[in-house]
Amino acid sequence: MSAADTALAPAFEEVIITTRRGVTAPVRVYEPAGGASAGTATVLALHGAGGWLGDEPVLAGLADAGLRVVAPVWPAWSEHTDEDRLSDMADFALHGWDVATEMGLLRDDGAGGLHLMGHSMGGMIAAEMAALAPQSVARMALLCPAGMWLGDHPIPDIFAMLPYQLAEVLFADPDVGEEMLTGGADFSDNETLTRFMVARARQQGMAGKILFPIPNRRFSERAYRVTVPTLLVWGRQDRLIPPAYAEAWQAALPDATVELVDGAGHMLPYEQSAAVVDAVTSHLHG
Amino acid sequence: MTVKFCWFNLMPWPDLPDDFKTEHRSVWVDIDGSLFDPERANGVYHEYMDQLEFADELGFDGIGVNEHHQNGYGIMPSPNIIAAGLARRTSQAAICVIGNSIALYNPPHRVAEEFAMLDCISGGRLVAGFPVGTPMDTNFTYGQIPALTREKYYEAHDLIMEAWTNPEVFAFDGKYTQLRYVNCWPKPIQQPHPPIYIPGGGSIETWDFCLENDYNYSYLSFNGYLAGQTLMDGYWNRVGELDKSMTPGRAGFAQIICTAATDAEAEELYSEHMLYFFNRCLHVFPGFADPPGYRTVKTIQAGKLDQFRKENQALFKRLTWKDLVEGGYVIAGSPDTVRERMEDMIKRLRLGTVFCLLHMGNMPDHKTRYSSQLFAEKVMPGLRGIWGDEFADADDWWCKPMDDRVRPEDTMADARRYPEAPKGPVA
Repeated sequence: MSAADTALAPAFEEVIITTRRGVTAPVRVYEPAGGASAGTATVLALHGAGGWLGDEPVLAGLADAGLRVVAPVWPAWSEHTDEDRLSDMADFALHGWDVATEMGLLRDDGAGGLHLMGHSMGGMIAAEMAALAPQSVARMALLCPAGMWLGDHPIPDIFAMLPYQLAEVLFADPDVGEEMLTGGADFSDNETLTRFMVARARQQGMAGKILFPIPNRRFSERAYRVTVPTLLVWGRQDRLIPPAYAEAWQAALPDATVELVDGAGHMLPYEQSAAVVDAVTSHLHG
Repeated sequence: MTVKFCWFNLMPWPDLPDDFKTEHRSVWVDIDGSLFDPERANGVYHEYMDQLEFADELGFDGIGVNEHHQNGYGIMPSPNIIAAGLARRTSQAAICVIGNSIALYNPPHRVAEEFAMLDCISGGRLVAGFPVGTPMDTNFTYGQIPALTREKYYEAHDLIMEAWTNPEVFAFDGKYTQLRYVNCWPKPIQQPHPPIYIPGGGSIETWDFCLENDYNYSYLSFNGYLAGQTLMDGYWNRVGELDKSMTPGRAGFAQIICTAATDAEAEELYSEHMLYFFNRCLHVFPGFADPPGYRTVKTIQAGKLDQFRKENQALFKRLTWKDLVEGGYVIAGSPDTVRERMEDMIKRLRLGTVFCLLHMGNMPDHKTRYSSQLFAEKVMPGLRGIWGDEFADADDWWCKPMDDRVRPEDTMADARRYPEAPKGPVA
C-alpha cells in the first residue's frame, strides 16, 4: 500500500467535543476498514506542531490495517479558541486524557485496547500521557518525538526561523518540503498574510508552551513509568531532532525498540508514510 | 503644563565593523562576542554616563536609560546600575528608567525594591518604566515563553503595584510568582508610587492597560514622528473612546534629533553616525523579531504587519541622510529648523514627554555635547510652553521630587547633616 492509495480512501468523520475542563475542539475519527468489532483496538493519535493536514496518509493507513484511529485537533489548531486554558506540560497531557475520556476510549467494555501514537510535539504529549497513566495504555508508537535535549546534539530553534529556512531542517528533501509547507499561498495578499500570521501566532505560540526555549520539560525523569511497549520510529535524515535522540529515548524508556527509516527527515509521516504504517501496525498488533 | 524633555542614551557599542551587516547575522541575541572589548567598555560606559550627567547640567527635565540584553546598540542589561550612578551625581533631572522588563525579574518584586531604592537615593526623581520587553530580550535572550509573556507581565505588574501601595505584609499567590511575605522595604518617596511609563511598540492591548491605570504610554521607535503618527492617532482615538482626559502628559515619543549651527552643518557632522545606527545597529535577524505567540491575535488582526513585508525589511538598506531627514526618522538642522519640526511633532502626536535621542550610533562625545547643548539652549525653551495652561492634570505623569533632598554638590560638605560632628580625629 502506498501513500497515493490511502489518499483515495474514504477519510474520516469529524466530531466536535467539549472536555470537562471546558475545551472545545474537533476530533477526527478514522473507522477501520471493514468496520469496527468488539476486539478492534483504538489508536489515539496526536499531531505535531504543524497540525493535521487534509490528507493524513498514516492515519488512513492504520485504519486500512484494521485499527480505529481517533485524532484530536489540538487546541489552537482549529477555529475554537480555547487554547488559553492550557498552559504547561501537565495541562497538555491531561487534555489528552480528557479527550480520551470524552471519546469513550477508557471504558472497560472488553474493547481491543487503547494505543497511543504521536509525532514530534504529539509524541512528547503521548509520552507524558503514558507516564501519567501507563495502566490505560496497551502499546505506544512515537514518531521522532520532541521532549529531550542532548547538549551534544542541540535542536535547531524553529521559533527563530524564517519560513524559507524550515524545509531545510524538516525534510530529507527540502524541495519536496517547500512545496508542502507553502501550498501555493500568495503572501503578497494582505488577507492571506494576516490569516497565516494569526494561525502561526496561535499554533506555534501554543506549541511554544511546551517547546520554547528548550523542548525539554523533564520527561526523562518520569520516563521510568512508561512500562508499555514503545516503538520509536525515526527518519535517518532528521535534521531537526537527529537520530541520536532515538538512542536517548530508547535508553530512557523501560521497553522500547527503534526503527530507523531511510529517505525521511523530521516530517517522516509524510515523507515515508507507507514505511511508518507498516512499522506502527506490526508493533501495535504485537 | 510644560512639555518634558528627557535626554536618552541607548548606549550603543561604538565599534561595530564596517562589514557588520554583511558578515554578521544579527546585532542582537547572537551577536558575535568577540566584538565586545571589556577594556574599551571602561571608557565607553563612563563617556555615556558623563553625557547623561551633562544633560542634567544643561537643564533637561529627565535623563533616561533602558534595558536591553545581548544587544550591540544597547550595552545596558541593567539600567538600574546606571540609574544608581546618575542618582548620586545629579540632583535636578528626573531619573527615567524606561524601564525594567518586569516579567524577567525573579521575583518581579525585585523591581519594586530597586525602584524604591532609586526613588529614595534620587529624592523622588524616579520615573518608572514597565516595558513588556522586546522578543529579542524577553523570549530569545531571557527564555520566556512567548504566548505566556504578556500574562506573566500583567501578574508582575500587579505584584509590584501592590508591594508599593499595600502598607501591610501580604501573601501573593500568582501563577508565575508565589511569595508568602511581600513587604517592600525600602518604599518609594513618591506616593502612592512613582509615575509609571509603559514603553510600547504597537500592541493595542497596551493602550487599554495604560488608560485603565492612567499610565503614560510612550511609543519608542526609531522610525520617527511621521511614521509614528498612525499609531499615536490610534492611541488618542482610544483615549477618546474610553472618555479619558486628552492631556498630552498621557503620551511620550522617542525621536532622534541632531542640532547644529546650520542645516548643512548637521549633515556634515552627524550623517555618518546616523547611517552607522541605521545600517549596523538595527541589523537584527528577522527571525528574532516575532516569535509566534508574542503578539496577540488582536494586534495582528489590527494590521500591524508592515514590518513583515519583504520591501520593508529591506527599507533601512536604502536610506540616505536625505531620506532620514525628509522621512522624519531624524529631526536635524539648525536650531530654527529643529524647533519648527519638533513643534510639528509635539502637536501632531500630542506629546507631553519627548525622549530625545541626541546620541546615536558611534557619535563621538564632542558632537553629542554640541548637539545637546544647542538643543537645550536654543530649541527646548521655545517648546516647553506649547500646551499653555490648558491641562490641569498634566503633572500627574511626571515625578514629584522632595524639595529638601540631598544634592551631590553639597554632599561632601554637610549633606550628611551632623551639625554637631566631632572636630577631632575620628577613629
